[in-house]
Formats: sequence, structure tokens, C-alpha cells
Amino acid sequence: MAQNGILQSSLAKKYAMAVTGLFLCLFLVGHLAGNLQLLTAASDGGRQFNEYAKFMTTFPAVKVLSYLTYFSVLFHLVDGVVLSLQNRKARPVRYAMERASTNAGWSSRNMMLLGTIVLVFLVTHMQNFWWQMHFGEVAMIDYDGESVKDLYTVVAAFFNPEMNRWALPAIGLYLLGQFALGFHLWHGFSSGFQSVGLRHPRYTNIISCLGKAFSVLVPVLFSAIVVFMYITQA
Amino acid sequence: MDFTLKIWRQEGPQEQGRMETYPVTGITGDMSFLEMMDVLNDQLIRDGQDPVAFDHDCREGICGMCSMFINGEAHGPNRKTTTCQLHMRSFKDGETIYIEPWRAAAFPVVKDLAVDRSAFDRIIQSGGYVSVNSSGNPLDANAIPVPKADADDAFNAATCIGCGACVATCKNASAMLFVSAKVSQFALLPQGQPERMSRVQRMVDQMDKEGFGNCTNTGACEVECPKGISLDNIARMNRDYLKSKVTGE
Repeated sequence: MAQNGILQSSLAKKYAMAVTGLFLCLFLVGHLAGNLQLLTAASDGGRQFNEYAKFMTTFPAVKVLSYLTYFSVLFHLVDGVVLSLQNRKARPVRYAMERASTNAGWSSRNMMLLGTIVLVFLVTHMQNFWWQMHFGEVAMIDYDGESVKDLYTVVAAFFNPEMNRWALPAIGLYLLGQFALGFHLWHGFSSGFQSVGLRHPRYTNIISCLGKAFSVLVPVLFSAIVVFMYITQA
Repeated sequence: MDFTLKIWRQEGPQEQGRMETYPVTGITGDMSFLEMMDVLNDQLIRDGQDPVAFDHDCREGICGMCSMFINGEAHGPNRKTTTCQLHMRSFKDGETIYIEPWRAAAFPVVKDLAVDRSAFDRIIQSGGYVSVNSSGNPLDANAIPVPKADADDAFNAATCIGCGACVATCKNASAMLFVSAKVSQFALLPQGQPERMSRVQRMVDQMDKEGFGNCTNTGACEVECPKGISLDNIARMNRDYLKSKVTGE
């Protein structure tokens, strides 16, 4: 069975899960670094953010990374579903009494649920911003003779309760998405290292601590930016 | 002590199973869980009923034969303890105790609480050995130096008794802890090196064929393992399998 294809074996599927997941962690760092510019964007009318957005959508190396990101998201999703279906099949009759919380953490037992919430958030998130930037109608703004899409105004308007009556529920979904992402990473970050066999008495604790810090810091900062944009415009 | 037992009863592999309730009385705290089951079966036989089938052998905690998912945990509530070494003093008088068989597609129920764990045997047959053609004039074992740390890790991996608690407790019914222990006990020693890469491939492939689930790294297996087999073994197997696929050995 495993000889037929690279992803036939259970371990290969886990390697793919780990590699795509850890790559997406790198994507989160980059995305967060970009978003942090929104905290100071009001001071220059969003110029720095808009120029950054243009760079991110046109620079060839970033293009390659973005396609890798789309691929990773889709692969992580499909691979995760396949693994979950196999796991369900591996236990056709459930226990009448199960005390799973005594031996494993909640997030590690609910990666599929957490991933699904993140996916729902991701779809709405991409529709709201990615789709607008790439295919929607975004006003152009002129910076020293260079015409740039004014993505900042789109983002600011989206989180402005006077411009968007759905701003508050959208922020609620955003926070829920970040909450799920945090718990997904709480297990996923260090689990990825274990899946590819990167475990060592000297480094495993460091990886685990790094993963926990990452899983708290990234969603909290993403959420803080959104809450900041809402409060400063409310 | 008196208990109310809720036990999975299933006449045969193809029959429909169900939970049934049995009261047991006159149990002492010093009885092992299996002895409590013996008392129940004695009562059932006296009443002309079918006794509950369950696996057991050495009753010394070393054979890996006893199983049972007790009150939602493999081998019951105590850590690093097989069911035969679990005593009734670990339960409260009057308690209701759920007793179920290991639940996994790869471990079909034979009858009641006894499951067929021969999937583990087939995994061992696929590569859990060292092919040494004995000359009848074996070298002194001490002629091959083994670092103490490696010997300890190999020994710890080899303490796996193959009971299947890892599979039973894993939310995915994955056999990764068992297979990784059996891979590691050879991978850590000089004698295991010649077949190291082919062994891990064959054993993982057989594991997949048997229909066990995939590893989510929840760590539940390590917690519930009566022998305390470490997740280090799973990481080692992940490394070796990756290496074997990359190098094509």
C-alpha cells in the first residue's frame, strides 16, 4: 500500500500535515508583521500600508510564497479531512464511557473542530479583504505619481461601525477565529515537530514553550489590531 | 464492598453487543480487578448464566494479556498499572463501574471483553525481529559494545507488553506507540542496524494495512501505557521512516 504513492502511508500524511502546518505558521508571522502597520496607518492616511499591500501582491518572490501558502492551506485541509475520516473508520464502535480529558489536552483532541472554525473564518476573511484586493473595486490613490490600490480605506471602513453595520458581528467572528487558531496552534505547533521526528531531550521543551508562546501571542496581536481599529473609529 | 457493573456483552464477532448491568457483592479491597470479575463469573455460572469472557494470563502485570476499558480508561484509573494489578481499593464502595472491550476496527471483539489482537502479531511478523543466522558458535554478547544510554532506551522500549492499551485509549485507535516501541528496541542496538530501514517500512506498512488510525500526538497512549513507553519512540520511528523513504533504502 505504502509503496504505491508518497502519501499512502499514515506517516507520510502526517509529514505533509506538519510541513504545511509549520509553513503556515511562518505565513502567520509575515501576515501579522504586515497587519501591525495598521496600528500606525491612520497617521499617514494608510500610505505605508497601501504601498506594502502593493508590494505583497506584485513582487515575484512574494507571489511564489503566496501560491505556496494557498497550496499549503488546501493541502492541510484535504489531508486533515482524509486523516480524520480514516481515524473515524479505525473506531467504528465508540466507548459508552470515555474519560479522554484524563490523558490528553482538549485542543489536541479537537484539532478538526478547531481547524473547521479557522476555515470558516478564513473563507469570510478572504472574501472581505483578499477578494476585494484582487478582484473587487478598490479606489486608486496616487503616491508621487504611482497609482496604488487604497486597501487601507477598505480595511478601515470594514471595521468602522458607521460605515459597516456588520462591523461588530464581523469582529466577533474574527475573535472567534483567532481563538480557534490559538487553540489549534497550542497543539499543532509542537505536534508538527513530533510528526517529523524532531524530538530531543534538550530541545523538545524549548519547542513546546515556543509553540505555546506563539499560539497565544499571534492570535492576541491579530485580535488587538482589529479591536484597536474598531475602538479608534467608533 | 459492593459494585454495580455495566459490562459490554457480545456473543460473537458478528453479533450485536449491548451494555448489561450486574451487581456484585462481598468484594474486598485487596482483590484484583480480575478477581472481582472471577467473583462475578462464579455468580453467573451458579445462576446458570453465561460468564463474561475476558482475557487474562499471568496476573503479574507482565504478559500483556489482560485488557478492559474500565470507567473510560484503559486498564482503569491507575497509571502504569495493568488490569490484573489494579485492586478494588482503587474504587469507591457502591460505585458503578463501566467495563468495555478495547474499541478498534483492527481489534475485533471475539466475545464480550475479549478482542482479537493478532494484528499486533502480524506487525511483529512483518519486521519485529533481527535476522541472525546462528553459526552455533555465537560471539560473546559483550564483544559488541553498546552505550549505556542506548541500552537503557532499547530496554525501556522492549518493556512494551503489547497489551494494546495505546490503541484502546487513542482517540484514533492508532497503534503508533506499540509499533514505535517494537521498531525502537532494535533501532537502538547494533544488531538492529542492518535491517533498520526496511524494518520500519515493513512494520509501518503492516500497521496501516491492519486499519489502525493515524497519530495526532495527543500523548494519551503514553499516559495510559502500563509500561510507560515514551513518545520518544514515536518520534524515532517518524525519523527513521522519513529517512528510509528519502534515502530509498
